[in-house]
Amino acid sequence: MAGHSEVADKGPWARPAGLLPPVLAAALFVLFLGMVPEIADEQVLRWAWDWVPSLGIAITFLVDGLSLTFALLITGIGSLVFLYSSKYLQGHPHFARFMLFIVMFMLSMLGLVLADNLLTLFVFWELTTITSYLLIGFDHSTAKGRRSALQALLLTGTGGLALLAGFILIGNVAGTFELSEIRAQGGVLIESALYLPILILVLAGTFTKSAQFPLHFWLPNAMAAPTPVSAYLHSATMVKAGVYLMARMHPNLGGTDVWLWVLTIAGAVTAVFASIMALKQTDLKQSLAYTTLMALGTLTLFLAADVGYAITAVMTFLVVHSLYKAALFLVVGIIDHSTGTRHVNELGGLARAMPITAVAAGVAALSMAGLPPFIGFIGKEIKYAGALAVGSEPAFVAAAVLVSNALMLAVAGIVSFSPFWRRKHLAEPLNPHEAPWQMLAGPIILAALGALFGIYPELLARSLVNPGVAAILGPDVTPAALKLWAGFNLPLVLSLVTFALGWLFYYYRRGLRTWLIGLGERLPVFDNGWDNVLDGLKALAAWQTRLVQGGLLRRYLFITFATFLVAVAGTIWLKAGPMPALEWPVLQVQHWVVIAIVVAGALLTLTTSSRIAAIAGLGAVGIGVALIFIIFGAPDVAITQLLVETLVVVLFAVAALKLPQLDPDGTKRHRPLDAALAVSIGIGVTVVMLMVTDGPIDRRLTDYFEVTSWPEAFGRNIVNVILVDFRALDTFGEIAVVAIAALSAFALLKGRKA
Amino acid sequence: MNSIILLAGTRLLVALLLVFSVFMLLRGHNTPGGGFIGGLIGATGFVVYAIACGTEQARQALRVPPENVAMVGLGIGLFAGVMAAFFGDAFFVGQWLFIGATETEKGLPLSSVLVFDIGVYLVVLGSILTLTFALEEGAD
Amino acid sequence: MEVMLSVLVGVLVAAAVYLMLARNVLRFLFGLILISNAANLTIFTSGRVTEAAPPLIPEGAEAPVGLVANALPQALVLTAIVIGFGLFAFALVLAFRAYDALGTLDSDEMRVAEPVEDTK
Repeated sequence: MAGHSEVADKGPWARPAGLLPPVLAAALFVLFLGMVPEIADEQVLRWAWDWVPSLGIAITFLVDGLSLTFALLITGIGSLVFLYSSKYLQGHPHFARFMLFIVMFMLSMLGLVLADNLLTLFVFWELTTITSYLLIGFDHSTAKGRRSALQALLLTGTGGLALLAGFILIGNVAGTFELSEIRAQGGVLIESALYLPILILVLAGTFTKSAQFPLHFWLPNAMAAPTPVSAYLHSATMVKAGVYLMARMHPNLGGTDVWLWVLTIAGAVTAVFASIMALKQTDLKQSLAYTTLMALGTLTLFLAADVGYAITAVMTFLVVHSLYKAALFLVVGIIDHSTGTRHVNELGGLARAMPITAVAAGVAALSMAGLPPFIGFIGKEIKYAGALAVGSEPAFVAAAVLVSNALMLAVAGIVSFSPFWRRKHLAEPLNPHEAPWQMLAGPIILAALGALFGIYPELLARSLVNPGVAAILGPDVTPAALKLWAGFNLPLVLSLVTFALGWLFYYYRRGLRTWLIGLGERLPVFDNGWDNVLDGLKALAAWQTRLVQGGLLRRYLFITFATFLVAVAGTIWLKAGPMPALEWPVLQVQHWVVIAIVVAGALLTLTTSSRIAAIAGLGAVGIGVALIFIIFGAPDVAITQLLVETLVVVLFAVAALKLPQLDPDGTKRHRPLDAALAVSIGIGVTVVMLMVTDGPIDRRLTDYFEVTSWPEAFGRNIVNVILVDFRALDTFGEIAVVAIAALSAFALLKGRKA
Repeated sequence: MNSIILLAGTRLLVALLLVFSVFMLLRGHNTPGGGFIGGLIGATGFVVYAIACGTEQARQALRVPPENVAMVGLGIGLFAGVMAAFFGDAFFVGQWLFIGATETEKGLPLSSVLVFDIGVYLVVLGSILTLTFALEEGAD
Repeated sequence: MEVMLSVLVGVLVAAAVYLMLARNVLRFLFGLILISNAANLTIFTSGRVTEAAPPLIPEGAEAPVGLVANALPQALVLTAIVIGFGLFAFALVLAFRAYDALGTLDSDEMRVAEPVEDTK
């Protein structure tokens, strides 16, 4: 595998192959861009194919304001990230593999946001889980990479299972898996008795995916991935999948008190906690990772409400955050690529050598910090407006948003101001150089878009935000207007407070960081809890294996037989009617002889320590069984039985006598427990047979064979006709099994000399 | 096993058993018998021969390796099934040819079903001999 | 008559299970043979048994005359016997090879695939 891709990278196709993903993504972006006018008119585009019609599962795709916004972010940022990666990972031995993974990831993400059928959506949801696992674990030679990837996979995978259960419940309640049809039914889910289980299961899926507190810890760990992956995962994709689903389910599940409070509290806690953690980090990438958490918390917080202002805030902030977060991640990647470090104390004064990067980073950071005239400012204003409009506790929501925004401003300074503009005496001199255009394109375009939308907010509002709000709340709700200058109002006051508070945080960042690190050492770490859970799981598996898989064949058999007994006895107990009246038949001499031969043979085999005696006993049983076949009109079977019995005895005589005695140590063990199990199973089998033979018999097949055997198949021996004509295919399978058994035995015996 | 009586009787017995096995095979469609029983009888004949004279002798008497017999039998069985396709029928539909048939008599019936039964005969014979010979040689 | 055969099958199964639970692999094989016999008898019995004529069609008749035994289970049992023989022979060879390689017939001592230290 490794060798293969290395060869592929050096081949003549390496360059075009590296350019293919960005071109593909850009083409998709243009395709979706073409849909904007229709969507802006509040139309909805839908495609459907039948998949499993018998189960009502179809592949359906739907484009409305919400999914189009996501699709544009995914493909747009995707094309920039892919372009960036083609340079960032140039010459990497697994470059082709990386590109494959990330393109697969983009397509899964697209499917996820476009799917209209819940089960289609689930399939793509799981595909994003798997492809993100491959991406996070791309650097699989390090233990950290493997652990982070596995953590993300297990957590989001578990959430995915809960989600599937929730979707199945929804399908049962609504009678359809089509989201648009469910929505048309109005409050069918909310009024259902299963509302709470559905809500819990769906939120379990979205909270793990979107890393809501306390399931957040996988996201910072996922930084083990190469920086372009982080940029992509954190801005437009993966973590936004949970937000997308909450927004998508908002019409069906939202509007209740449970929804309001669960989302408000989870979102607020995540947002504040994450912004504090972001300030604590010294690694630029880690710092950005926690600000992503903050953004996710904020989005969840606003999705709790159902007023136009709050949902407008969601849609706006969604775009805003994607733009600046992707840009800043790409900038951090450039810094890392260029200087070899991401540690905040080891960086400074880079602006001189990297002016373009510095400007792009500055513009993106200003948007992140929420300063005018950037779209971030509008995003922040609308957030405050939304916070003051929510139905739960406006003061609480506004406070949470205020604190996290202020911290965000400080982090923006740390990430993009201090490395570029602050002059420092560094322990190790850096030799920075400007990045190539492929890597600069992303930050520049994204930062420029932030400024463009800030100056012309109508552009964004008309094309994406308003249709998105309409998709979530319905066309009747008027979305809030996006304006740079909305007059002197409470949001503006809060903005000013944010600037002041944020500047303070930035100024005192070192002291705060030291204090926070000291505090963190005294608090429980979720990451360690995760390890404990995994260790516990492993210990449980080991214990369970020791218990039932001790490596002793007879114990396996004992468990198998005991399970069989429990199943049979349980079925009789639960399902069967009364025991049939036993009528012991009148036995004649030949019957007594047969019984005597079989029972005596079985007892002899059971009790003897002599191999010869045991084989003789088996022979007796075989002959007794053959006699039964003769008595009850089955000459073919009887002959076969006799011949086979002869061969069994011959084979045993050949082989077994070359083997040691049955009881080499001379003592025969008595096993009362085994005996009890054996007798119980014997009784169970007898009871089942008595019940079966007491009931009526279906003779249709036999009757058919009897009347057609001669006229149609020209045979007077019905048994043989069944074997070689009516059921010839079965017989063919059986002789094939016999031949295979013989060949394998032959191979076993003859192979040992070699 | 060096019993002279066994050695002397075996040749006769084996010949009888083989003839009998073919007889059982051919009459199987109308009276008790058939490929399974015929194959078992034939195998018993060779096993007796192997016990009396050794597997080396038995292998020589058989002329072909028994595993080949089994595989050829499997092939014949498959061919009997595929034969139906030549006559436009589904897999394993019996095909019949009555030689010298008149209004009242069916004549000599030949059929793909008989071919299939011969396949069964060869598989059973070959498989059992493969096993027995290998086991006896392995045990030495 | 089904009652008699049912009881007989029960006896065979009990003996077979006890033998299969033994440590000696040869005893396990004995149990395997017994349980195949019991299974064949079960199939045979479930088709109902009477002391009837074999399922043959006499010359000149189009269908069996009078009461004949159920042909369907007989066909099933016939192949089952041969298959059971194949299974037994293979198991015997396996035991034989195991003894050859490991020098024991005691299944408790056959720990190559799952060594004792693995389970600790």
